[in-house]
Amino acid sequence: MKKFQIISIFIIIAVSLIAVGNVLAQEPVPTPSADEVNSIAGNMFCPVCENIPLDVCGTEACEMWREEIADLLILGFSEDEIYEYFYERHGDMVLATPPLKGFNWLMYIIPGVAMIIGTVFLFRYLKNTTKQTAAEEIEEKPSEIKDPYLDKLEEELKKRN
Amino acid sequence: MLAVIGYGALLISFIISLYAIFAAIYGELKKQSRWVDSARRAMLLTFPVITVSAISMIILLVSGNYEVAYVAKVTSDSMPAYLKITAFWGGQAGSLLFWSWLMSAFASLVMLRKWDRDREFLPWVIVVTMVTLAFFLSLSVFFENPFVRTWWTASGPMVKQVFQPAGGLMYVPGQGSGLNPLLRHWGMVIHPPMLYLGFVSFVIPFAFAIASLITKRSDDRWIKITRRWTLWAWLFLSMGLILGGRWAYDVLGWGGYWAWDPVEVAALLPWLAGTPFLHSVMIQEKRGMMKHWNMFLIILTYGMMVLGTFLTRSGAVTSVHSFSQSQIGPYFLVFTLISVAGSLFLLFYRWSSLKAETKMKSWLSREGLFLINNFLFLIILFISFWLSVLYPILSEIFANARVSIGPELFEKLTGPFWLSILILMGIAPMSAWRASTAKSLGRNIWKPAAASLPILILLPIFGVTNIPGILTFWSVLFVIFVTIYEFYRGTKAKVRTSRMNAFSAFNQLVSRNRRRYGGYIIHIGAVLISLGIIGLEAFQSQTQATLSLGEEMALGEYTARFDDLNIYYTVDGTNMQVAEATLTVVKDGKVVDFIVPRVDYYLESGQPMTIPGVRSTMEDDFYAILVDWEEISTNSATFKIYHNPLVNWLWIGSIVFILGTFVAAWPTKEESGY
Repeated sequence: MKKFQIISIFIIIAVSLIAVGNVLAQEPVPTPSADEVNSIAGNMFCPVCENIPLDVCGTEACEMWREEIADLLILGFSEDEIYEYFYERHGDMVLATPPLKGFNWLMYIIPGVAMIIGTVFLFRYLKNTTKQTAAEEIEEKPSEIKDPYLDKLEEELKKRN
Repeated sequence: MLAVIGYGALLISFIISLYAIFAAIYGELKKQSRWVDSARRAMLLTFPVITVSAISMIILLVSGNYEVAYVAKVTSDSMPAYLKITAFWGGQAGSLLFWSWLMSAFASLVMLRKWDRDREFLPWVIVVTMVTLAFFLSLSVFFENPFVRTWWTASGPMVKQVFQPAGGLMYVPGQGSGLNPLLRHWGMVIHPPMLYLGFVSFVIPFAFAIASLITKRSDDRWIKITRRWTLWAWLFLSMGLILGGRWAYDVLGWGGYWAWDPVEVAALLPWLAGTPFLHSVMIQEKRGMMKHWNMFLIILTYGMMVLGTFLTRSGAVTSVHSFSQSQIGPYFLVFTLISVAGSLFLLFYRWSSLKAETKMKSWLSREGLFLINNFLFLIILFISFWLSVLYPILSEIFANARVSIGPELFEKLTGPFWLSILILMGIAPMSAWRASTAKSLGRNIWKPAAASLPILILLPIFGVTNIPGILTFWSVLFVIFVTIYEFYRGTKAKVRTSRMNAFSAFNQLVSRNRRRYGGYIIHIGAVLISLGIIGLEAFQSQTQATLSLGEEMALGEYTARFDDLNIYYTVDGTNMQVAEATLTVVKDGKVVDFIVPRVDYYLESGQPMTIPGVRSTMEDDFYAILVDWEEISTNSATFKIYHNPLVNWLWIGSIVFILGTFVAAWPTKEESGY
């Protein structure tokens, strides 16, 4: 029994020493700077404070979130993992740029589609109208703003070119 | 008593506006001009009657009649008189009354013009303006009455209504809540009236456009009549946006001026529709083209104006700017939809009568480039509307997910179009109306283009690597050179033809062609604004640190030393606790300034207001915010500092922009009849 007690004490001391050694051997984790936290918080919104970026919001809730970001950085989370962490818990609302997932694709696709449709219409209109005009050699409509001075000025400028 | 007088006047003005609509339609349909004249007089009468209501409200606000619920909500004893007056538009109910007041003033101004030449427009202009006014008055009369008072009822609960309920006792709070501290800033004092003025004055060109459609006029008379109205409307709207930006920069404490917040975007949308309209009407005046398009653009501008007002007041989108959610949202939405759908229906009904008188000859003609300019503005409008309004609503409905979209995505998606507009601003003035070839355009443009190109090489040599920044700097320089070249060519031609000295020639050139040269001045203002915007967007830097007294923090060439922190209570009646830090600003080893960032904590409302300390030069702003501090010892404090390069050019450009609009909008002798 005594032998067992001695062995147990020895094991405990050994494990403790190993644990302490491991802790001492680890690199100290630096506390993230306010700038590091803000650069992430700047891309997030707090759901309590509507449309105010998390890095500048002065409420207590936002302060707690910034502290949470700092804690996650200490734990070794990357920037993307932090966004993912908050996204999973609070949804799209927290990210200033919602992720390209599911319904959010529409957010990017629709402006692109609108731009393409608009460009096609514009160029078709310009192409058709200028083509017809060249063919018809239409009569020019005199300018309705009668400004003899402007006409004279334009004429003079033309001469100089 | 004043509340009853104010409400009575409001009710009467609503009835008068309904009568004006009825009399104008009846007179027109029955061809009885006395009814139309009566409608005109009724429209003129709305202004003095609503003025009675507005003055009643101002007196109630200034004299602190807290039994009126609106007065108790937006004022307090500690507020100075001028802020009590501005509280008129500081809340939902008051601002709606204020909106109607301005609308009636503009409607009366229109009625005072000479109508002899355009008699057929008169009844329909009355109908459109009075329908808009009646709608806004109805909101005040039925839903957001600013004159309701608070009463204890005999049965117990409090009620808010104008007249005393049976057995009710008036409740007079000892003190009001006071205006939101964020609104106690000179920019916010002027910003809402400017926006409202812009909104209501855009109703006038819209009314004439609709009158022109109804009366089957296919000419550009409506454009000529409303040219200056449109310019003034655009000026007010631009000033409203600029002042809003300045307010955000001074008060919101995040080192910026524009956050693409949904309500900010709501104010921008009418501007994004009105700006292409201003350009496009010139095509119709000069070339008799784009008649459908101009009608569409003014309908869009009006629609965006009403939609913007709806968004701010309905709670449909989440925003720091929104008024509290209220029941007027659905009515606003219905009014917006009916007015836009009705106007578009009328446009399609009259489609065939609006044929172009000439056709476009070249893509590179002035009108071709204006059309491309229109396209770019409308794409920006669409993206802004989509990201800030439509997508968040659709996402909530179909995906059950609330989204808030930050500035980065807006800037990424709209940035290339803004840059294209900037470049177009340099090309279009050099292109001729009707026909312009690549060769003739190139001949006009090569000198300013060549003068601006070296910057594309010089900037990278001096270490600037930001591509959008480099392109913006180049286009800014290009537009400035083009504009100077245009002034130079005009002045030189004038000197040659009239033999006067250069100064007189320049003066006459501008004064006789105000619209053209005013437009060029606006372009200069716009590029200077772009300089400020790109300085902040592309080159802003920031840092945050907690300092003990005497410690320093560095940012770029600057160092800030924490010298002092004072915490005190105001004794001038404003009822605030103030935390005020002093920072010494050092640049390149020399003390250049002392700045005082502060936080005012309003004890009545429990709201803080962050006021940055700023060292401002033409080169940059050094902008510091007091984030936190040690309450007891005052030995340490946390500061966030920003380096904002070139930001002052945004404000300087805005002044140039406004001056240019004044030059363009000022009537010439020939126009005085409009």
